[in-house]
Amino acid sequence: MIRFISLAALLLLWQIGAWLSDPRRLPGPMAVFEKIYEEAVSGALFSNLSITLARVVAAFALAMSFGAAIGYVMGRNRLADRLLDPWLVTLLNLPALVVIVLAYVWAGLTEVAAIGAVALNKLPNAIVVVREGARALDPQLEDMAHVFRFSPAARFRHLVLPQLAPYLAAATRSGLSLVWKIVLVVELLGRSNGVGFEINMAFQLFDMRLLLAYALPFVALMLGVETFLVQPLERHVSRWRRDVSRRLDRD
Amino acid sequence: MLPAGQAGAVVGPSGCGKTTLLRLIAGLDKDYVGTIVLPEHGRLGMVFQEPRLLPWRSVIDNIRISAPHAREDDIAALLDELGLAEHAAHFPRELSLGLARRVALARALAVKPDLLLLDEPLVSLDAALARDLREMIARLIDERRITTLIVTHDLREAIALGDRLFLLSARPAHVVATIDVPAPRRALEKETAATLEAQAKDAFAAARAGSSHPRHP
Repeated sequence: MIRFISLAALLLLWQIGAWLSDPRRLPGPMAVFEKIYEEAVSGALFSNLSITLARVVAAFALAMSFGAAIGYVMGRNRLADRLLDPWLVTLLNLPALVVIVLAYVWAGLTEVAAIGAVALNKLPNAIVVVREGARALDPQLEDMAHVFRFSPAARFRHLVLPQLAPYLAAATRSGLSLVWKIVLVVELLGRSNGVGFEINMAFQLFDMRLLLAYALPFVALMLGVETFLVQPLERHVSRWRRDVSRRLDRD
Repeated sequence: MLPAGQAGAVVGPSGCGKTTLLRLIAGLDKDYVGTIVLPEHGRLGMVFQEPRLLPWRSVIDNIRISAPHAREDDIAALLDELGLAEHAAHFPRELSLGLARRVALARALAVKPDLLLLDEPLVSLDAALARDLREMIARLIDERRITTLIVTHDLREAIALGDRLFLLSARPAHVVATIDVPAPRRALEKETAATLEAQAKDAFAAARAGSSHPRHP
């Protein structure tokens, strides 16, 4: 309820701002919703949204799987950690824009370059978080698994994964918001479709209605992913904590 | 030496390396000189001082995961025998230390071990709980004739659980005496237990006196 009121207040503020300023600089909510409707009916909105979403998913999946694997090895193996840490620090401090431009220069204005550049921007963050999780693995449980001769698969499933899950969830949450922001920049600089490309077009044409008509649905989409996918996932991985507290409440 | 089917109890002052001994036998520490002879292809069951259960799994799942070859009705019977049946679906955090240690014991027994290692199984339990668990352990290892090695700092606990006592001196640790507890251990007379206790205390005292004398006067 409070969220709803807060959202309504934002819309109202936007409308007032539109009344006070030049509608070409800040079109009102109704004008923007009209434009969204137009773009939706033409099919352009959905095709651009799905193209951008596909890039987000691809880059995110790449960064998370490589990041988790590298982070785990670095967290468990001191030699690997010391060997790779300088690379990691370099990558962490490399501006996203530099990575993107280099990728486009070296690999051309291609899909591979675009997705690779985004994944490379997210990668160090995933590594750092998962490395932290791998370092925090409980050695007592490790010993227990050794004594009871857990198979590698059982060790991974019952020991490693549950302990890494909160870290993976944290990396997912921070990673997704980072990735979708960078995907727009990548599209703006070197792709001929997607939300970022459309925003660039709107910028060139100084069409604020078009710009907002793409920006808002995309924000809404990512908010939906966060609310209906990421948060339930987080709750799922920490459900054993919740089950306990629920039963303790009942008793 | 510990004959198969018997329970050995290692007693010694804290810090003399009892837990390290168990860790060596369990293959958790590899840094040693000497030979460890274990039953061939032996399955190992171990109860650590801390229960070391998987906190994200229920009691019964903890047992299933550690003993994947155990039959469901065997696990159910084991839970029943250890008074854990009503806690099967509970998570480790909901259990008291006494209950959690019983789950750890059930887990170790579920693998049908050829050698059972118990590291201070009664430590930090109050007197009544400790007595209950001690009787439970004594009954289980006697009935199943499981070769067991118990590590404890408590002489009475060792006499109650072990067929053979290994008295360990303070560092550098060595066995100062071996005492056999007459069978059947469970029907031990109070006086016999007291005699054994006195005998063990004498052995410890003699070892201390021996080591405090300068060797080269």
